[in-house]
Amino acid sequence: MSLLQVKNLVVEFPHRRGTLRALDHISFDIAPGEILGVVGESGAGKSLTGAAIIGLLEPPGRIAGGEILLEGQRIDQLPFDAMRHIRGRKIGAIFQDPLTSLNPLYTVGRQLTETIRAHLPVTEAEARRRAISLLQDTGIPAAEQRIDHFPHQFSGGMRQRVVIALALAAEPKLIVADEPTTALDVSIQAQIIQLLKKVCKERGAAVMLITHDMGVIAETCDRVAVLYAGRVAEIGPVHEVIHQPAHPYTAGLMASIPDMESDRERLNQIDGAMPRLNAIPPGCAYNPRCTQRFDRCLQDRPELMPAGATRAACWLHAAATLETAR
Amino acid sequence: MNTAVMESPETSAHAGQGAPLVVAHDLARTFDVSPPWLNRVLERKPRVLLHAVDGVSFTIERGKTLALVGESGCGKSTVARLLVGLYGPTRGGFQFDGQDAHAAFKTPEGRQLRRRIQMIFQDPYASLNPRWIVQDIIGEPLREHGILTDKAALKRRVGELLQSVGLSPLDMGKYPHQFSGGQRQRISIARALATQPEFLVCDEPTSALDVSVQAQVLNIMKDLQRQQGLTYLFISHNLAVVRHVADQVGVMYLGRLIEVADKQALFATPQHPYTRMLLDAIPQMKHTGRARTPVQGEVPNPLNPPTGCAFHPRCPHANARCSAERPQLQTLRGVQVACHAVEEERLGA
Repeated sequence: MSLLQVKNLVVEFPHRRGTLRALDHISFDIAPGEILGVVGESGAGKSLTGAAIIGLLEPPGRIAGGEILLEGQRIDQLPFDAMRHIRGRKIGAIFQDPLTSLNPLYTVGRQLTETIRAHLPVTEAEARRRAISLLQDTGIPAAEQRIDHFPHQFSGGMRQRVVIALALAAEPKLIVADEPTTALDVSIQAQIIQLLKKVCKERGAAVMLITHDMGVIAETCDRVAVLYAGRVAEIGPVHEVIHQPAHPYTAGLMASIPDMESDRERLNQIDGAMPRLNAIPPGCAYNPRCTQRFDRCLQDRPELMPAGATRAACWLHAAATLETAR
Repeated sequence: MNTAVMESPETSAHAGQGAPLVVAHDLARTFDVSPPWLNRVLERKPRVLLHAVDGVSFTIERGKTLALVGESGCGKSTVARLLVGLYGPTRGGFQFDGQDAHAAFKTPEGRQLRRRIQMIFQDPYASLNPRWIVQDIIGEPLREHGILTDKAALKRRVGELLQSVGLSPLDMGKYPHQFSGGQRQRISIARALATQPEFLVCDEPTSALDVSVQAQVLNIMKDLQRQQGLTYLFISHNLAVVRHVADQVGVMYLGRLIEVADKQALFATPQHPYTRMLLDAIPQMKHTGRARTPVQGEVPNPLNPPTGCAFHPRCPHANARCSAERPQLQTLRGVQVACHAVEEERLGA
């Protein structure tokens, strides 16, 4: 039984010159305790997927179709107040910039105890005790003193630890982490990723990790979904997606990342850029940049289909078209 | 491209020699971050000086790339700004093609020098004027330096520059917002190339870009270097990118260079414990599911740097000498490294 199921999710932005479809029939699920990575380039819809799940789509963006189910119950049509109880209690969120996710006017202790008491029936003293233990678990030294400090008194890495503690405060089943390490330096980034992995494993929380850093995905996730132009291009176990990508876009993306092993004079590049939302081509959205396209790619939109160990939205893997492609 | 027209006599005279193009010597820059005067008087607060760059020396050979890496606040961008003359040095200086650059920047002939040193900035959204069309953006340095005044010639030259970075001459009538991030960064590169510089200072040129676009920009930069013999100072925090573009790599920590080595040596046998830590901290695609033990601790506050070696509070090999005495950059095991532990061979291979 999946913890989270996203079925044919469509997110649209009404615009005076028509409607922009930012997410176009996205489907995936997350098992309890699993870490799912979501990668893609800017504008692919990674953050929007996260925002839709935690019910924080900015108007005029709206869910125009599909379903989001948490533990089998639909959460995409809940009224705002009901969603507030799910956010924090069932789904925790971690955002990119730890400074803007904390209230600068309250001590971190007050923010933590407030979150704990909003969701769990505990006393103030008990909430504070829990807050201190959360801070200790997230690796903040001298947590008993630090709990009464303000966010600006913490460094960037320490602030992100506080944010993780805050996300875990009400013991949610799922954490949506949107670029949690992008604003941090590499040495701190490694610490935070390890921490996120450890605390979620201890608590059995599943994580949806949104990032553009394939290295982070490779080391952290169990499965990965590759997004392109608001659609899932490929989804599968992390090792297979990275090392035997089935979709030409995934393959191009992997080859364009400078790595620490090979000595290449030139990086492989994918020519062109991701289409704008108002100019997504018919058929496969990737077809103008694809080096292996054929007629069918220009007309029919491919759904996710089995492709080796992963599933890819690419006609190259449709059994019937294999012959015609050759 | 017609290079002959613009090559000034002194450049062609030096071009054949093997002398390094850029020699920085003990470059230092201090910023005064004291509280306002009134607070200092009333609250008896002391003056506070931030040593952003503290005695950095390096050389860059003609046609080569030196990359500076380090975490936020280590002073790498300040070095970039010192080299293009956006900041004056507090101490030391650098020689460009044999002449003292900061002295020359102040003289009327400094314009010549500025023409030969150009910069590419990190954020392609902030470094292009949104109200100018591309033709004006790329043509500005040409007009400013009086290289081309004829309108038709200017337009032709801008077209050439756009083509050299893989854009179309038809794009010159567009505004920056009509381009994607990668295209904008190519416009900044075209602008930097307009005056036919010999030395390009690139401050995190691809860190605002997506990986597939980053590959396009890095490829263009390498092609241009090969075609035009450009010399780069390439600043980045991404070691994988540095490994791809650099010939030499300098690692900075709290305003000082702690290791300078050829690319191969640095990545194959890093010497300084901090370099080793940085290399180990990079998430790598081949290690799916690998568990790492990241180095603990954070970069200290540069206003109050640790005594001795600035890295000693985080260093697993630190001893009493490290916390008391500041190590100097010296040639050990064939590379330049500032570390007592390496010097005393406490680290092992």
